[in-house]
Amino acid sequence: MEFYEMTAVQLSRKLESKEISSCELTQAVIDRIKSVDDKVKAYLTVNAEEALEQAKAVDNKRISGEKLPKLAGIPIGIKDNISTKGIKTTCASKMLEDYVPPFDATVIEKIKANDMVLLGKLNMDEFAMGSSTENSYFNVTHNPFDLDKVPGGSSGGSAAAVSAREAIVALGSDTGGSIRQPSANCGVVGLKPTYGSVSRYGLVAFASSLDQIGPIGKSVKDVAMVQDIICGRDKMDATSAIREYTGIADSLTGDVSGVKIGIPKEYFGEAIDDDVKTAVMNAVHELEKAGAKVCEISLPSAKYALPAYYIISSAEASSNLARFDGVRYGYRAKDYTDLVDMYEKTRSEGFGSEVKRRIMLGTFVLSSGYYDAYYKQAKLMQRKIAGEYKAAFNEVDVIATPTAPFTACKIGQNIDDPLKMYACDICTVTVNIAGLPAVSLPCGMDRSNMPVGLQLIGDSFCEDKILGAAYAYEKLVGGFAAPAL
Amino acid sequence: MNDEYEVVIGLETHAELSTESKIYCSCKNKFGIEVNTEVCPICMALPGTLPTLNERVVDYAIKMGHALNCKINRVCKQDRKNYFYPDLPKAYQISQSDIPLCENGYVDILVNGESKRIGITRIHIEEDAGKLLHATSFEGSSLVDLNRCGVPLIEIVSEPDMRSSAEAKAYLETLKSILSYLDICDCKMQEGSIRCDVNVSVHKKGTPFGTRTEMKNVNSFSAAVRGIEYEQKRQIAALEAGETVVQETRRWDDAQGVSVSMRTKEDAHDYRYFPEPDLLTISVDEKRVEELKAQIPELPTQKILRYVQKLGLPQQDATIIAENVDLANFFDECTQKGGASPKLAANWLLGDISKYLNETGKTLGETKLTPEKMTELIGYIEKNTISTASGKKIFEIIVVEDKPIKQLIDDMGLAQVSDTLELEALADKVLAENEPSVTSYKNGKTNALGYLVGQCMKASKGKANPGMMKEIILKKLGE
Repeated sequence: MEFYEMTAVQLSRKLESKEISSCELTQAVIDRIKSVDDKVKAYLTVNAEEALEQAKAVDNKRISGEKLPKLAGIPIGIKDNISTKGIKTTCASKMLEDYVPPFDATVIEKIKANDMVLLGKLNMDEFAMGSSTENSYFNVTHNPFDLDKVPGGSSGGSAAAVSAREAIVALGSDTGGSIRQPSANCGVVGLKPTYGSVSRYGLVAFASSLDQIGPIGKSVKDVAMVQDIICGRDKMDATSAIREYTGIADSLTGDVSGVKIGIPKEYFGEAIDDDVKTAVMNAVHELEKAGAKVCEISLPSAKYALPAYYIISSAEASSNLARFDGVRYGYRAKDYTDLVDMYEKTRSEGFGSEVKRRIMLGTFVLSSGYYDAYYKQAKLMQRKIAGEYKAAFNEVDVIATPTAPFTACKIGQNIDDPLKMYACDICTVTVNIAGLPAVSLPCGMDRSNMPVGLQLIGDSFCEDKILGAAYAYEKLVGGFAAPAL
Repeated sequence: MNDEYEVVIGLETHAELSTESKIYCSCKNKFGIEVNTEVCPICMALPGTLPTLNERVVDYAIKMGHALNCKINRVCKQDRKNYFYPDLPKAYQISQSDIPLCENGYVDILVNGESKRIGITRIHIEEDAGKLLHATSFEGSSLVDLNRCGVPLIEIVSEPDMRSSAEAKAYLETLKSILSYLDICDCKMQEGSIRCDVNVSVHKKGTPFGTRTEMKNVNSFSAAVRGIEYEQKRQIAALEAGETVVQETRRWDDAQGVSVSMRTKEDAHDYRYFPEPDLLTISVDEKRVEELKAQIPELPTQKILRYVQKLGLPQQDATIIAENVDLANFFDECTQKGGASPKLAANWLLGDISKYLNETGKTLGETKLTPEKMTELIGYIEKNTISTASGKKIFEIIVVEDKPIKQLIDDMGLAQVSDTLELEALADKVLAENEPSVTSYKNGKTNALGYLVGQCMKASKGKANPGMMKEIILKKLGE
């Protein structure tokens, strides 16, 4: 088994016992990127030289006998909307093509404090808007299970890189499913943490009240280990929760007996592909056989989550993306006659069509005379949906649904049909609307041999419960399949 | 002004709060420093940055709310006001829309000796924007200084309760004086610490209010007066000519003395306000609100009343002292702790001290004067140890040097002579030397008395007690 094929858990042990060095591991992953990224195109920036220097520094520390954090020396890839000091952070947009942040996001500071090796920056839909990574200004990323298919999105680069073994773990961001849906498409594990558990400082905002950074990995425990280091109160982010976190990774036992799993009937309707339903229910039955208690539940307002999501997220996006005006940084149009002309040309030329669509939608729903009809209604619906979840979690520990209604689509298949594209998120957006944690994990293949994702949703700050159930499933099935690349 | 008409004025006043740091980042809140030096990724709105609220701003605003008798909304929120301008890096200003921190208050102002109550609609917190520099050396382009981005502001919105430019001016002076009493604003007008937008309408008395215009770019209280007077004349002229007043935003051009239309209601910005998702609801507990209330000092209106009613000062003197927090604190220390005569203390403050401050442009704190020393000096004059004239000589020294007064009196030989025998001897000598004046006094020219006393004072080098001197001369002339 190659180093790059191993999980962070395995590598952590090998590094600690000095069986391998971080330099060897990092070099192996960089070589892997060199050999397969021409096909996958997950990376926008590969930070090879600095990564190797970092690896060397970690090795030196270890040789000198220093006690190192568990993930020390393990290479990680970062979605390109998370600010990295001195490394381009483009959001896969022409607008920020040459933008280099002068500061690190809080999660990057934590990654560095834990001596993880920063491999590079990963492709995404422009400003995290999209479900296929086809909205990247730079290039399309390919699904490692079928190079003609999309990896999903918007964290398509992060999910594809982990799936293609071009990174041991990765960070993505999730506003409406952007970690979970590509993780499902690429056959990896992705966690969208509870809103407020991971600092958003340094994450280029799409929809501030929904955005959350989270980990993607090959195994549940890898994801738990990364989550354990990135979570925590940050005084730089007023919305980060004030609470203590106990490590999740060490609490995973694989025992699922007595865990109550709710199956919301609204998530298994016509919109969901039959193969997906079957794979998800098979996984639920596996857990039931292992001692979980399964019952049907109802989340009646779920169908309103998608419209509410597109109103709230677009409204916030229209305001968050207003700062890209050509005045201080980023792209500025070449020829313009005056200030307004400069604004209009800069933004017309600098943003792609999906981003512009969302800005227009968001501007509209916040406009005087429409605010009450759209934004206000959406916020009311948000409260109702959150209330239904709260009620459900009085009955069950974990809610199981498909992550996405269908597996990965062909590249180009939905690019001209935004509504079809938005439908990819119907199973995931409610979780962001309610601020809850959810994990997507592989639960088998569909008829075309593409991975299906099982989504486990938990109550606020109950990452331990969903990851516990996910870990139990992973143990039951003996791990997840890698793509043949 | 045409007597048939009445002008209706409402003011939106922005005051920069003098907190140590900015409202949403840890940059220093400083004026007059090199451009773009107190800036950071947050106030420059780099992608991914987030605001965190400086709680001192909330405290300061609540204090102003208490001082203006407002209801404090213990739970309120912040909102985004969206618009594009190069001095606004985020392209939205974090402000408060439907739920301000303070609302429904009032303030009493004094105009021509009469008190009038002006309603306060609301006070909310928000951030200031940067400044554009239209440098001629950069042909065709403008530069932006972001130092002011994120400087905390409160916006104080009045009810349309003012009926003259004089009332508007008194209202602004009162706000300024309260802000300095609370020590929450530098109140440096030339630095733009206080700015206002003026809403003006006119209507015939006994008819409903007219259409109002909003005037921006009003940078001083006197400009507010000029702007209001111009705008009321303009509106009356329009109505008299059978035209209507258009609801619009106008810009005051103080140099030309005219207001110019900026945009009409149709072109008004749609700011697309919505709750700021990066910040939590502001929640202030009852205890904090009460603690802040307890910190509110005696305010100018209360001081004026006390000075007039309890200390017997004339209203005009009381007002001048009370509206200047430095003078008022100095006065209170002299009269309360030191026990100096209020009348004398007020005379000194409004006379020699104010004169010195005006001439030098200094503030009281920048002189060597202390309430203790002034009280001591006033005491010597009250007890006739020194004359008022000698007091002025000592004042000229102690205002610039920290020297003990007692020693100055001794060194300069200023101690007043109050010894009867000594004064009588002096009188005898002066009367003998001025026979003609004595004669003319006895012939009924009573003003000769003043001359004779003056000669005695001169002969004593100013040290004779003038009151005693006069009495002795009178006695001797009557003999």
